[in-house]
Amino acid sequence: MAIRRTFRGGIHPDDYKDFTSSLSVQDMPAPDRVVLPLRQHLGAPAKAVVQVGQRVAVGQVVGEATGFVSAPVHASIAGEVTAIAKYRHPGGFLAESVVIEARDAAPEGDESPWPPEPFRMPGASHDYGSMDAEQIRSLIRNAGIVGMGGAAFPTAVKLSPPKGKKVELLIINGAECEPFLTCDHRCMLEETDKIVHGVKILMRALGVSSAIIGIEDNKPDAIAVMTKAFAGVLGVTVATCKVKYPQGGEKQLIKALTGREVPPPPGLPLDVGIVVQNVGTAARVAEAVMDGITFYERTITLSGSQIAKPANVRVRLGTMLGDVLEFCGGLKADPAKVIMGGPMMGVSLSDLDVPVVKGTSGFLFFDGLAAAELEAGPCLRCGRCVDICPLRLRPAEIAQFIEAGDLDGAEAMHVRECMECGSCSYICPANRWLVQLFRIAKAKLNERKK
Amino acid sequence: MSEKNDDIQAAPVKEAATTPPAPVKLKVGSSPHLHDKDSISKIMFWVVIALLPGVAVSFWYFGLEAVRAMLISVVACLGFEAASLRLLKTPGSLKDGSALVTGILLGMNLPPTAPWWMIVVGSLVAMVIAKHLFGGLGTNIFNPALVARVFLLVSWPTHMTTWMKPGQMGIVAADELAAVTGATPLGLLKEGRLAEMAASSSDLFFGNVGGSIGEISAIALLLGGIILLVKRVITWEIPVVFIATTFVVTGLAYWIGGPEKYASPVFHVLSGGLILGAFFMATDMVTSPITFWGRVVFAFGCGLLTALIRLFGGYPEGVSFAILLMNASTPLIDHLIKERTFGTVRKAEVAS
Repeated sequence: MAIRRTFRGGIHPDDYKDFTSSLSVQDMPAPDRVVLPLRQHLGAPAKAVVQVGQRVAVGQVVGEATGFVSAPVHASIAGEVTAIAKYRHPGGFLAESVVIEARDAAPEGDESPWPPEPFRMPGASHDYGSMDAEQIRSLIRNAGIVGMGGAAFPTAVKLSPPKGKKVELLIINGAECEPFLTCDHRCMLEETDKIVHGVKILMRALGVSSAIIGIEDNKPDAIAVMTKAFAGVLGVTVATCKVKYPQGGEKQLIKALTGREVPPPPGLPLDVGIVVQNVGTAARVAEAVMDGITFYERTITLSGSQIAKPANVRVRLGTMLGDVLEFCGGLKADPAKVIMGGPMMGVSLSDLDVPVVKGTSGFLFFDGLAAAELEAGPCLRCGRCVDICPLRLRPAEIAQFIEAGDLDGAEAMHVRECMECGSCSYICPANRWLVQLFRIAKAKLNERKK
Repeated sequence: MSEKNDDIQAAPVKEAATTPPAPVKLKVGSSPHLHDKDSISKIMFWVVIALLPGVAVSFWYFGLEAVRAMLISVVACLGFEAASLRLLKTPGSLKDGSALVTGILLGMNLPPTAPWWMIVVGSLVAMVIAKHLFGGLGTNIFNPALVARVFLLVSWPTHMTTWMKPGQMGIVAADELAAVTGATPLGLLKEGRLAEMAASSSDLFFGNVGGSIGEISAIALLLGGIILLVKRVITWEIPVVFIATTFVVTGLAYWIGGPEKYASPVFHVLSGGLILGAFFMATDMVTSPITFWGRVVFAFGCGLLTALIRLFGGYPEGVSFAILLMNASTPLIDHLIKERTFGTVRKAEVAS
């Protein structure tokens, strides 16, 4: 076995990936209704450009980007816009959303064929070797592609380094270190060619000649497939990473693969000459640049103890969770806790009546036992949180400052540098709320700065 | 989080959804949604298990006297813990097992013939003064069992240094005590009686010597230490650095001063409370540093002080004093040994 790269710290939760890692991605047919929040990415929400009653084609823009750090939203089914209003977002808040309902025929008096041809962006071409960086970036921007790892940061922004910052390396994140999730794993196995093209396109857009693909070694089949696929591609290597959470965190992956340390916020991977993109993002990039396909569907993993049949499913964005469940065979029993994303950093849903969004990597359904709140005890100063903190912070001591109401103390202990991976809360034998306290402290510190 | 949450109230009432609304009440919480299976009570459980071999050996050699002393210590510690939790309202619970561990550790630090009232006073000092008056579980500065041991040692030195010879099975009557007691190997050494302790290396290993209940058998304690390491209750750096430092410093004395004046480093490692202290007391999470390098410095200090007290101090044994002194240094060590955080350079650290 090749060298297994890693970083210092981190934890080893059970990966629970066996439920879905060997299941091929099923294609869910387009649902009859989708709810498309205009805020599915980090940055400014999109602005609706359609009216209620208007007919839309698959892939057509329904919301346009409203700034540099923003992304457009596209229709994921053909039909009629029936509402533009606030709907429950999986993030827990109400978000302005465009609702589209499928229609059987074109409106009366309209002779054009129904359903309309899916929208394809002009300018896309398989001959991306002759495109310049700006052409590629604009296709990616117009396709509404955002990071598929969960944070949903607009991809085109990451590909536009400010003047003076030199990018020399592209890292493709195939670590998928969150337990349960297998959508990136399946993507590497099933969309291999798209990833190869996507990586080449991203390298071209960034003007870099080398790329590393980092994959955790609990996915030996993906490592084998990717190694083979990239064998003839100059400058691209596939690296094996140790199975460890949070190996898929940008900073940890960069550290493991290059030894470089990204400076604390507002430091970015760019500061060490690196851009990181997820494998799923690379596949979407290939679709957009080569075929002009906008971002309107993605693969998600459905897993957890309460789901009847765990699955990997390709769904249209905006599909309601209830419809996805119905397609997959429903729930075995009522869940006590439902999480969008992985169990380490995902958000728990207050309501099952929410749509799939761009940042949805999966839904996990847990029983009461897994959802039980653990009683927190006093800190024993065992130092485990200090040993495992991937950013070398001292969670136990920061928490003491926060509990004492001393925000300055917490800031001096570098609480702002916390990336909220949750490893400290996971490992604490006293079940103390550590990362949760840090989130509160960070929010208060930001509030105070304003 | 610039989301306009304030107009949630004004949001239009959602039209009936085509998807079935959730009839279930969902628990909502901040991530992570997974937790390691370890807990405080599990940690304490494994410490108790790891202490059992050492306890068993002393029961074997010291018989009912040791059983009596251990029982009194455990019961008294649990009693004082319960009383403190109730009266002082400090955090913790009898169920977390920390009082049981302190009770066993205190028992192991006593001579088998310690009078009952002394053990009760020791338990009071450990649980009430050293632990709960400092704020209870997690906030005490000194290891409670060691505070009690040292308190008893300076208060009733005769009782605390009357060492029963191994092999007495029954309860020893007060007037017979003188007949069945003798010096510990380290005591002989301090008195300069090197010849009398010269041939006892295997006895030291298996525990056939005079001493406190829990410190006589090196092999039983090592077995317990291995359990703690395997179950990841403790990390290796404290016991290894502690013992190695004592070995090296006493070895230097042996090498420079000569075997007629100093005992061998192997003798030093196997005798007295070193192994008990290094694996079970210095590793007390609450009173040792929070970082790896902090623990290394802490353990080095423990080893150095132990060796210096044994070689040049007034007491034959120095493990308890060494650990307590280093307990006191723990906040300083934690303050001084700070690792640079991820992605920062050391210069920035110094400047701040």
